[in-house]
Amino acid sequence: MGVAEQLTRGRSIVRGRIDVLLVTLLVVLLGVDLLGQLVGGALGFPFLASVFLEGLVVGLAYGLAGIGLSMTYSILNFANFAHGDTVTVGAFAGWSTAYVLGGLGTAGVGSLFLLGGSPSISVLSAFGVVVIGALTAGASGAALSLALDRVVYRPMRSADGISLLIASIGVALGLRYLIAFVYGTDVRGVTAPVSKLGLFRLEGVTGIGLIRPGQRVGELAGAGELPFFLPVGAGGTGSEVLVSLTLHGVALAIAASGLMLGVHLLLQRTKLGTAMRAMADNKPLARVTGIPTERVIRATWIVGGALTGIAGFLIVLERGTMSFTFGWLLLLFIFSAVILGGIGSIYGAMAGGIIIGLVDSMAIIWLPSSLTKAAAFAVLILVLIVRPDGLFGGVTTA
Amino acid sequence: MSSADSSLPGVGRLRATLTSVFAGHDGRMIAGTMGGIYLLLILVGLLAGFDAGGVVNTLRAATVYAAGYGMLVLALNLHWGYTGLFNIGVAGFMAVGTYTTAILSAAPSTEPGFGLGLPLGVAVIGGMLAAALLGVLTALPALRLRADYLAIVTVALSEIIRLGIKSRPLAEFTLLGTTVGTGGGRGISYPAPNRFGSWALETVPGGGAVYDVGAAVGVARPVIEGVVYMFLLIASAAAFWVFLVRVGNSPFGRVLKAIREDELVASSLGKDTRRFKLIVFAVGCALMGLAGYLWLGRSGFVNDLSFRPNITFFVFVALIIGGAGSNTGSILGGMVFSSVLFYFPQFVSQNFSPGGVAPRNFVAALDGVGAFGAYALQNISAIRFMLIGIVLVYLMQNRPQGLLGHRTESAAAIDLLDRDAGMRADGGAPDTASRPDRQGEDGE
Amino acid sequence: MVGRPIRPRARTDRVRTVSEPPPSAEPLEPPVDTSGEPTVGADGGFPLRVEGLSKTFGGITAVADVSFRISEGSLTGLIGPNGAGKSTTFNCIAGVHTPTAGEIYFNGEPITGFEPSQIATKGLVRTFQIARELEEMTVLENMMLAPSGQLGESLLRSVLPGLRKGVMAQEAELRDRVWEMLELFEIDHLAGEYAGNLSGGQRKLLEMARALMTDPEMVLLDEPLAGVNPTLEEKILDRIQQLRGEGYTFLLVEHDMDVIMNNCEQVIVMHQGKILAEGEPATIRENERVIDAYLGDSDE
Repeated sequence: MGVAEQLTRGRSIVRGRIDVLLVTLLVVLLGVDLLGQLVGGALGFPFLASVFLEGLVVGLAYGLAGIGLSMTYSILNFANFAHGDTVTVGAFAGWSTAYVLGGLGTAGVGSLFLLGGSPSISVLSAFGVVVIGALTAGASGAALSLALDRVVYRPMRSADGISLLIASIGVALGLRYLIAFVYGTDVRGVTAPVSKLGLFRLEGVTGIGLIRPGQRVGELAGAGELPFFLPVGAGGTGSEVLVSLTLHGVALAIAASGLMLGVHLLLQRTKLGTAMRAMADNKPLARVTGIPTERVIRATWIVGGALTGIAGFLIVLERGTMSFTFGWLLLLFIFSAVILGGIGSIYGAMAGGIIIGLVDSMAIIWLPSSLTKAAAFAVLILVLIVRPDGLFGGVTTA
Repeated sequence: MSSADSSLPGVGRLRATLTSVFAGHDGRMIAGTMGGIYLLLILVGLLAGFDAGGVVNTLRAATVYAAGYGMLVLALNLHWGYTGLFNIGVAGFMAVGTYTTAILSAAPSTEPGFGLGLPLGVAVIGGMLAAALLGVLTALPALRLRADYLAIVTVALSEIIRLGIKSRPLAEFTLLGTTVGTGGGRGISYPAPNRFGSWALETVPGGGAVYDVGAAVGVARPVIEGVVYMFLLIASAAAFWVFLVRVGNSPFGRVLKAIREDELVASSLGKDTRRFKLIVFAVGCALMGLAGYLWLGRSGFVNDLSFRPNITFFVFVALIIGGAGSNTGSILGGMVFSSVLFYFPQFVSQNFSPGGVAPRNFVAALDGVGAFGAYALQNISAIRFMLIGIVLVYLMQNRPQGLLGHRTESAAAIDLLDRDAGMRADGGAPDTASRPDRQGEDGE
Repeated sequence: MVGRPIRPRARTDRVRTVSEPPPSAEPLEPPVDTSGEPTVGADGGFPLRVEGLSKTFGGITAVADVSFRISEGSLTGLIGPNGAGKSTTFNCIAGVHTPTAGEIYFNGEPITGFEPSQIATKGLVRTFQIARELEEMTVLENMMLAPSGQLGESLLRSVLPGLRKGVMAQEAELRDRVWEMLELFEIDHLAGEYAGNLSGGQRKLLEMARALMTDPEMVLLDEPLAGVNPTLEEKILDRIQQLRGEGYTFLLVEHDMDVIMNNCEQVIVMHQGKILAEGEPATIRENERVIDAYLGDSDE
């Protein structure tokens, strides 16, 4: 009736939708600008493709690391600030193992353990070692998470989310500086250079191929010099790399996708998975209906911890370097992925991870490189303010 | 909510004695704690073979840390202890305040970083306003979020600020015709606050004599100037404390506590909780900005590494140690944390080294207890942080209220229990004259 | 002068006699006022008017097209079986929920969708069912929180030396009023206790006393007697009747049918989100549909 309350009511309705409207508008504008730059020549396709691919791969890693965070956030109701450092510990454990196994005989065990000795490890030269390293990383992540739950979080089961969050900050500090104490604070290169898989154009012939670390597309005498080349089409002149990915990146993509599929099957096809989903949705109800909550919580830490450890290992594999703070520095990205996707949603974590990865890497098209990270964080803040439920939030876990 | 009681009679008696001497007397607690810390440092300093100048300098440095942390913890207490706003972006607001003051006060032609060369007073106020403004901008959308989301938003914001400071566009840009900038990774130089020491001694009559006294005792000029600046910091921290005690012991503080306890109740009683939260957030951020400038920015140079997120967490740990919700606890927490957990280990490591060369790495350190000890001493920095993490977990599990948090401070400007005493205030003159005229219950 | 001191509202000459007929679409009749004094702000004698209120949550309609009026100075009861929509209606009036449709008027002004603080400032205050005491604050502090117009709620006035004196003076005044109210509710002996240490019944008393410190015109009571022992229940009801005599208007949401029937002069019965019946207790008691609803017979 009155104008005043019409306005109040109208405002709240519009506000509910205006955020979505604005975001959609922004995405559309960026998309249009992107096309414009492509067509106009300011942006080359190879660059766009490589940036896109890189974001995708990195995003898969974020997503993988985020699954554990998402699960514990929803089941235990607290934001685990020690998650990044769990990534770090898993990675260090995995790589120490890989070094010791891969470098046996070339240097002392102690030195290898501390990631010295430079054994040349890459997914091609030491595939088995890499796999074992990854598995060790996963096991360490799981064991660590379980131990932390037992010592830190279980005694606080009845505490509120903020107290748990603060405790997890303490855990984060403890883990990070434990690694610093043992391994030192240097940034170290860890992997050996490895071939790239990609779409190349060689003398006008476009094809999928494998190029070795030292080789340059423009300097090749012919396709025969490549370990592998499958022509796909012809057209265009000269030689250039259209889009490529290191084999480590490929390994990351494959492993991450496989693991996510595994988690999906776990959640959908097993009793444990159903119980986990039930608990994520409604813990008191789950308890009342007889789901053994402590067991589910343990399982969540194990599965989450394992995925987190492996994610850490794979991230280092793809990047080639590691330091004691690398997981901590990733924490905000992982949080972004989880919250964007919706806390408690596994698929949300995966999708959120990919989106954040893409935002982070593609921001360079519009922003100076010193600010691209800030773009991802800005997305995080935006999501929290506008739609804290995220994309898949409020929906069941899987 | 009782803390674990020790079964040892000695400890019980010690606790009883301590309680009777200190409890309820804030001044004594603060002085006593700092005194205890001084004693410890003097002892260790003498053991390390310091001369008078060395000891004085040690005490000065520890006090500076304590005052700096004290100010920050007080500001964070306003946000979290009083109002329940979980702000882990402290470092970011410190950075904004410090950098703004730096840019405003830096001379235009100095590299790295450029400034506007404005007078110091203007610059300081400008810095506080900038921090407050950022606080308001953050608070407007974010204050209705639940606590953990607010935490994440403030952390993300803090990181964006740090990245922004380092970024190319902000390192150097043009404002009103002048080139200004943060200096990016190279940092910014500006008139150092701690020049106050030399300025005071030169301006105040008799200042020269202080130098002479110092020289006689073996304390060098820079140390004396540093001590004078230390007093400025102490005064600053005291001012923070008085201000925040007044804020807390008032109707305003009452509403803040109510907001922390149950915002819906406060709102249902007619309080515009949004307004209160905005004001508190802005004021707290302004204080953080000032503290950042006076403490971290005291040497006249900062860069993006000066304000990493770890600082925020340390302030949090200090607040929890002291007890969230208590202003005195904030000061105590700041002192204990900065001296015992932060300064002291570093101090020991720098001044005590075992004979021989410490093991190069962890594996070598496993050779034996001696080797491990030497390695640990050399890497005491890492151990210190591990310890901080463990302390935090321990506190959250066993004594989340810290030292004084259980002591909720009065949320009124007068003594509420004293119903027939007219207007007896918190330190004000007691009014023993006639009771104020009360409206009769039967009349208008 | 902060707020108004507790005083009897000498409006006995304007007490409405009971029931109004069930809500209809007719325009309101202004009251016949023989005293010659202007009726200010009471919106024709109905401080609270709800019209066409609806509230849906997702797919669930909690309240559907509810309309009623509360007479000035009355004690009205809102009852209904579980899930009837009483709490939702209550919370819509109190500003906790924004109605999906409909309007709410307080003293003739629309308050639909307003914030709780705005509604309370207008003189309509509510209590909470599970007494929400501010546990780490003392009883006195809880009470001192309530009055409006406190100078000290401005940061500057609380801090600046000269202005702080004025705040302290006002605090002293408020303190006196608080003690009076505590004595009225017979909980003055608990004044220095932390609210978290009070028993359930004591908390209910504090809840009500605190609400009254805001010096409201109308009070919404959300199950004030839930979980309260009979002696205390009587005390609370006595208090409510006494306050009614002083001119306050009450809307009471309760489960206990007897309490409502014995004390309220108007009763509104809700069922499945709609108003089932409205009128004097005697009429309601005989109403078959009401009986059916309470016996759980969902076939109407």
